[in-house]
Amino acid sequence: MTSFLRSLSADQQVSLVFVLLFGLLLIASGVGVLLSLHERRAGDDDTQAARALRQRDNQALLRSSWVMALVFWVGWVMGEGVAIVLFGLVSFFILREFISLSPTRRGDHRSLVLAFFAVLPLQYALVWTERFNLFTVFIPVYVFLAIPVVSALGNDPQRFLERNAKLQWGIMVCVYGMSHVPALLLLNFPRFAGKTAFLVFFLVLVVQTCMLVQHLTARRPHRPVAPAISGSFHWRSWALGLAAGGLLGAALAGLTPFKPLPAMAMALVACAAGSFGHLVMKAIKRDRGVTHWGSASRSVTGASGLLDRVDALCFAAPVFFHSVRWTFNL
Amino acid sequence: MNWRAKAMSLLLLGFVRLLTGAQARWYGCPPKAEQRIYFANHQSHADLVLIWAALPQELRSITRPIAARDYWTASPFKRWITTEVFNAVYVERERKGDEDPLQPLINALDSGDSLILFPEGTRGHDEDPQPFKSGLYNLAQRFPGVVLVPAWIHNVQRVMPKGEVVPVPVLCSVTFGAPLALEADEPRTAFLTRARDAVMALRDV
Repeated sequence: MTSFLRSLSADQQVSLVFVLLFGLLLIASGVGVLLSLHERRAGDDDTQAARALRQRDNQALLRSSWVMALVFWVGWVMGEGVAIVLFGLVSFFILREFISLSPTRRGDHRSLVLAFFAVLPLQYALVWTERFNLFTVFIPVYVFLAIPVVSALGNDPQRFLERNAKLQWGIMVCVYGMSHVPALLLLNFPRFAGKTAFLVFFLVLVVQTCMLVQHLTARRPHRPVAPAISGSFHWRSWALGLAAGGLLGAALAGLTPFKPLPAMAMALVACAAGSFGHLVMKAIKRDRGVTHWGSASRSVTGASGLLDRVDALCFAAPVFFHSVRWTFNL
Repeated sequence: MNWRAKAMSLLLLGFVRLLTGAQARWYGCPPKAEQRIYFANHQSHADLVLIWAALPQELRSITRPIAARDYWTASPFKRWITTEVFNAVYVERERKGDEDPLQPLINALDSGDSLILFPEGTRGHDEDPQPFKSGLYNLAQRFPGVVLVPAWIHNVQRVMPKGEVVPVPVLCSVTFGAPLALEADEPRTAFLTRARDAVMALRDV
């Protein structure tokens, strides 16, 4: 299998992955349609309502998976530049969701303008121009100072540290974390030119599989580790998710510049970072008293936030990126 | 609408949605093409743009926002955008001479249009809206057939606080509540308080 994959050209490999991905999505959508026909039958009102809610949850998940797959496809067809712009847009939307749920005051206006219209485009411009040294320190070093300076000039001491800390966090997760995904496209591996899109695939697929397995196995009645923060985080399901991610990583080694064992190690690192990051974002949501990011009207539109879907990726991407860079001395 | 106004309206819609999401939440009533007066809290000049963008296309064309004449006619561009794109009804904030400041609104309602009204009259700074002015009561009395829909505009003051020029992206929504009716011989202050409470009640749904 591995040797067959290696024998294909880069383009053929990518096409194969897309065929597989869209095939899986088609099957999942088909199953969804069949289930929706089946659900109409008996059951009392309560279970039916719960079922309807769960079904809507699954449909939302499926829809966002379609959108994500399409985004990747468009990104691949149109080249790296478009992919960077697309990820930049995702950053913009998730930062918008994050800021909407973190109360800001009038004095924060200028720092918010700075975050959205200077820091975000600059960070992605640094990715585009492949200035990886500046790219990794731009936000943690320079923006870390710039934001509170602008905020202090806004002349409002009330809850100063809290407001700035929230904004810094939003930038770190939504801009810094997310920007490491397209940065993978531009890594220069020896003998791997034109195939770095696979690294993005590898990362996304492995992390999402880990999250999915963790989500599906969490339904068993066990005591959660931190019930006040997450009702679905158990060490057992976490380990299962990690194992699934690691095994998938090893299986996908043919698509990456890694050998199977290092591929598994990389996948495990990414999955651990992603699943813990997701837990941390859950804690933040609990702190704000909400169940999901995005607008507050689930009962009307059934929509949930984009940040809920990609938060694991935001934490996994920088860890994965730097692990890869240091391991390979790029 | 000429092509320039149409292009501007599409551009503005895209821009507002990108920045705020401009989501409409219809809680107390469905979006329906009957003659209505939407009345809402007022914290920013962007309120008018947001509620305009939140309405569905079919209602947007028959619903006219009220715009303060002194602010929205201050430059040729503002005047053009309020007349051509928003199809706004201008009102004076200061009473001049003996003409009824409500007359433009009465004309609009007579011709069958719906209105977007900010009964506080001016932008508030506090969390709670200021007491409502009597315009809403007078219109309700004069046009008993028009449905009065309360609305709460959420978050707009964070997009563009007073005195700032660059808007910041924050999710905003407009929540529409259950219609209100003026009861037979209900006193003015009682009705205005009830209307204000109806708007404020939408803050937490």
